[in-house]
Amino acid sequence: MFPNRAAVEGVGEAMELAEVKGRSLWADARTRFFRNRAAVVSLIMLMLVAGFALFGGAFAEYENDFVDFSLIGSNAYKGVPSVETGHYFGTDSNGRDLFARTVQGTGISLMVGVVGALVAVIVGTLYGATAGYYGGRVDGLMMRIVDVLMSIPFMFVLILMLVIFGRSIFMLFLGIGLISWLDMARIARGQTLTIKNKEFVEVAVATGVHPVKIILRHIVPNLLGIVIVYATLLVPNMIIFESFISFLGLGVQEPATSLGALINEGSRTMQFGYYWQIAYPLFFFVVTIFAFFFVGDGLRDALDPKDR
Amino acid sequence: MLSFVVRRLAVAIPTLLILVVLSFILMYSAPGGPFNSERPLPPEVLANIEAKYGLDQPFWKQIVNYVSGVVTSFDFGPSFQYKDRTVNDVIAQGFPVTLTYGFWSFVVAVTVGVSLGVAAAIKQNSWLDYLAVGISIGAQVLPNFVMAPILLLVFTLWLGWLPGGGWEGGQWNYLIMPVIALSTSYMASIARITRSSMLEVLNTNFIRTAQAKGLPMRRVIWRHAMKPTILPVLSYLGPAFVGMITGSVIIDVFFSTGGIGQFFVNSAFNRDYSVIMGITILVGTLTILFNLLVDILYAWIDPKIRY
Repeated sequence: MFPNRAAVEGVGEAMELAEVKGRSLWADARTRFFRNRAAVVSLIMLMLVAGFALFGGAFAEYENDFVDFSLIGSNAYKGVPSVETGHYFGTDSNGRDLFARTVQGTGISLMVGVVGALVAVIVGTLYGATAGYYGGRVDGLMMRIVDVLMSIPFMFVLILMLVIFGRSIFMLFLGIGLISWLDMARIARGQTLTIKNKEFVEVAVATGVHPVKIILRHIVPNLLGIVIVYATLLVPNMIIFESFISFLGLGVQEPATSLGALINEGSRTMQFGYYWQIAYPLFFFVVTIFAFFFVGDGLRDALDPKDR
Repeated sequence: MLSFVVRRLAVAIPTLLILVVLSFILMYSAPGGPFNSERPLPPEVLANIEAKYGLDQPFWKQIVNYVSGVVTSFDFGPSFQYKDRTVNDVIAQGFPVTLTYGFWSFVVAVTVGVSLGVAAAIKQNSWLDYLAVGISIGAQVLPNFVMAPILLLVFTLWLGWLPGGGWEGGQWNYLIMPVIALSTSYMASIARITRSSMLEVLNTNFIRTAQAKGLPMRRVIWRHAMKPTILPVLSYLGPAFVGMITGSVIIDVFFSTGGIGQFFVNSAFNRDYSVIMGITILVGTLTILFNLLVDILYAWIDPKIRY
């Protein structure tokens, strides 16, 4: 008896369907990430904030360093946020447009965060991977250096540096770059210790691949997941770090500004009832930090599922 | 144990020296000197003053003098800005203030943080747990320089309950806002760490055994679960200490409490190098000593740890 022809074809079709495409680690992670609602909302918020920092300047009616002399001294009733005057976020106590300044400050803060994270990713990963891969005395020495650097209160050293070499955005980046990689180096090293005993590294060693190439081609790509997670979580910390220095007035110099400096200025005038001067920078600061933390958490859950 | 302490000390001392030498090199390489003012002094006078402060000596001699002064007699030299005061006077004036509210902030952060974390873990998924998690997430975005203005706005400007700044010998109402502003974010981190650590510990076999043999919950928590729970918290205390001592700068500036932070920032604007250096070294020393203490405590609680 011949099997029903239609049924046979059905089986064939089913088999074709069963041959689903293999899912990569990254595709898996992406699915998991997009299932996390808080992380997705935060990602959208971040994009909005970044868009605000990048393109907000086009909507500003004033330059960020333009002083509206007619407003000085009459902030309480003329400097209030209003669409009619073009000062959407009001003005600061010097009669400058707060909208333009917030755009510019958000930009600086985001840039500081991203640069800090980039330095951490590049220097920290390579340093940690090298220490972990070579192991033994090299590892001991390299990690001891990290320990020593970590136990120095860097904020004070950085302020000392800013005072001595002059305050500039370059010094700020340098200072942030100096400390941001320490944690990352530790994390990368820890991860390398487990990776270097895997078969594929052994094969690479056995076939005589140069150690530098092993680190770059075989170890670093496998660190990427955890590195991305910690880089994302590092960005808000760097933003807080920079805002701290700017809050003290030692960071970004006028007329440029950053969220920390704006919060500082706002906190000085809030006693006169100019709440908008602190509210808008604070809002952008809080939203940015929150969003980065949630995206980082989402990425951690997505890329490192065992850690739940 | 003793050899462990000795070995840790052997690392701490070079670290300290590195810090001192590093800040000295930074200061030495600074363009301009403390006596380069808008009204330049006659070169002869300048040379005399520099000779008095030992600034005409070669680099290595200056650094040896400075380091030996700091090490042997804890002498950070004269201030370049305050005419009648040495760096030691500045520290003696500001440091007790910083120490007072720093100590209370630390106590608040640790006690409130740990109790909140433990309570949240024991009553997992209750309103208390959600409250603790909510606070610890919220406090992440409230570093001290955000907390301080908000507190001032609410308690001084709106409610009028607390003075907006000053010290007055450390009366309690002058102490409250600095302590809350400084401790909140660390309290939240400690609560979060304690909670997840306690949850992990509560799932282990020895806790199940303790419960199975009929010990009351209170005793299980205190006698058995507390010790392993506290280890991750302990290793967080080092970074928390650094964070708080750094944050004290904000507190001093914002609440005018008169601690070393205020001197630090003023000196940073006045280029008063010796004060900045002195404070940096003092803070670094404290941090290194504190880390040493934490490490020893850690090794004492958990004998498995030896490095």
